[in-house]
Amino acid sequence: MNLYPQIKYLLKKEIVLEWRSKYALNGILLYVVSTVFVCYLSFRTTPPLVWNALFWIIMLFAAINAISKSFVQESKGRLLYYYQIASPQAIIIAKIIYNMLLMILMSVIALFFYSIVFQNNVGDKLLYFGAVMLGAISFSSVFTMISAIASKANNNGTLMAILSFPVIIPVIILIIKLSKNAMDGLDRSVSLDEIGVLTAINLIVITVSLLLFPYLWRD
Amino acid sequence: MSNNWWKITASVFVLFSVVAGLLLKVPTLPILHESIRNLYFHVPMWFAMIVIYTVAVVNSIRYLQTNNEKYDLIAVESVNTGLVFGFVGLLSGMIWANFTWGSPWPNDPKLNSAAIATLMYLAYTVLRSSLDEEQKRAKISAIYNIFSFPVMVVLLFVLPRLTDSLHPGNGGNPGFGAYDLDSNMRFVFYPAVLGWIGIAVWIMNIRFRIRKLENKRNQI
Repeated sequence: MNLYPQIKYLLKKEIVLEWRSKYALNGILLYVVSTVFVCYLSFRTTPPLVWNALFWIIMLFAAINAISKSFVQESKGRLLYYYQIASPQAIIIAKIIYNMLLMILMSVIALFFYSIVFQNNVGDKLLYFGAVMLGAISFSSVFTMISAIASKANNNGTLMAILSFPVIIPVIILIIKLSKNAMDGLDRSVSLDEIGVLTAINLIVITVSLLLFPYLWRD
Repeated sequence: MSNNWWKITASVFVLFSVVAGLLLKVPTLPILHESIRNLYFHVPMWFAMIVIYTVAVVNSIRYLQTNNEKYDLIAVESVNTGLVFGFVGLLSGMIWANFTWGSPWPNDPKLNSAAIATLMYLAYTVLRSSLDEEQKRAKISAIYNIFSFPVMVVLLFVLPRLTDSLHPGNGGNPGFGAYDLDSNMRFVFYPAVLGWIGIAVWIMNIRFRIRKLENKRNQI
């Protein structure tokens, strides 16, 4: 079978499964909203620098929680079945795309709720929104492969965090700088460097995941 | 003997760099003064670390291709050796920074990047210890090693160049070659780099052979 229809079917399956139970979606949304609320109750008002950093820390932990489920949820039998009918590349691409959609949805809601609760002036709203989208996409492309690696090792929770933090830190540094530029309303040409490097990191990570996943799924 | 020429060369180079590095004349510069001699010891550590991590990732790729346990052992011992060089590099840098920049950990992107890269390889060792079955451990840790290597390259070579740094050659600062590395210093610096790379490969080689012997003994 061709790669493209496989991806389409797998993606549809992911979305349908999620839509039936709505467990991950609701759980993650509630997690984000309550974390934002806890932060609001403990900070009340924040200077702009803290506002930005706090948002990304909330997003980071929400992303780890959301994406670490992506391979653990599947039962062993079901995984075996996928490997019979689909190519490993199709599985990892479908997972990455699904996680991207989930993260984009989640970060839009988080950003909306966060900016209602915390009053703050963002200079360049469109660029900030773009930075949030880029961050959501980068998180999901990095964490999908890490969660696949962590799911193969037994004790999942801590391992996922340990493995993903060093890999995600360069992304976080760039994202925080990019969104800070957007907050200060700097000219967009200043941020081109960060956008370029982030896109390059995403491309590299996705390519490496595609190359490595076929070795990973076989037990 | 014919295979050992590089070990002898590396030892001679390192010995030479220690003796000549402490005795030869160095340019008198403000702030740096005599601490400029640390260049012969601090910088080669990073060269050796990068080379030995590259050896690790190459052997991880070879492991995935061949499933030969030998390559996995080379990869893990390379990472262990690289960690030692990374720690020594951080330590020598901290001592140097304390004298020239006023504090052992100034907020400098290169320092942070080096520390994060070290964390990444510590995570690799934790991942290994969490898996019991040998083949599974070899495969999964090889995959993580290959996955994190490009990120480490971005961390060490791209990010520091985007921001201001106290290190020479970053963020608009002129590089070493511009004014403070005269021919006298090059004469010591290049052998030091080659020598320490050789020593790193030698350490890795010995540790790999010890591992192989241990594995053989445990099999009986």
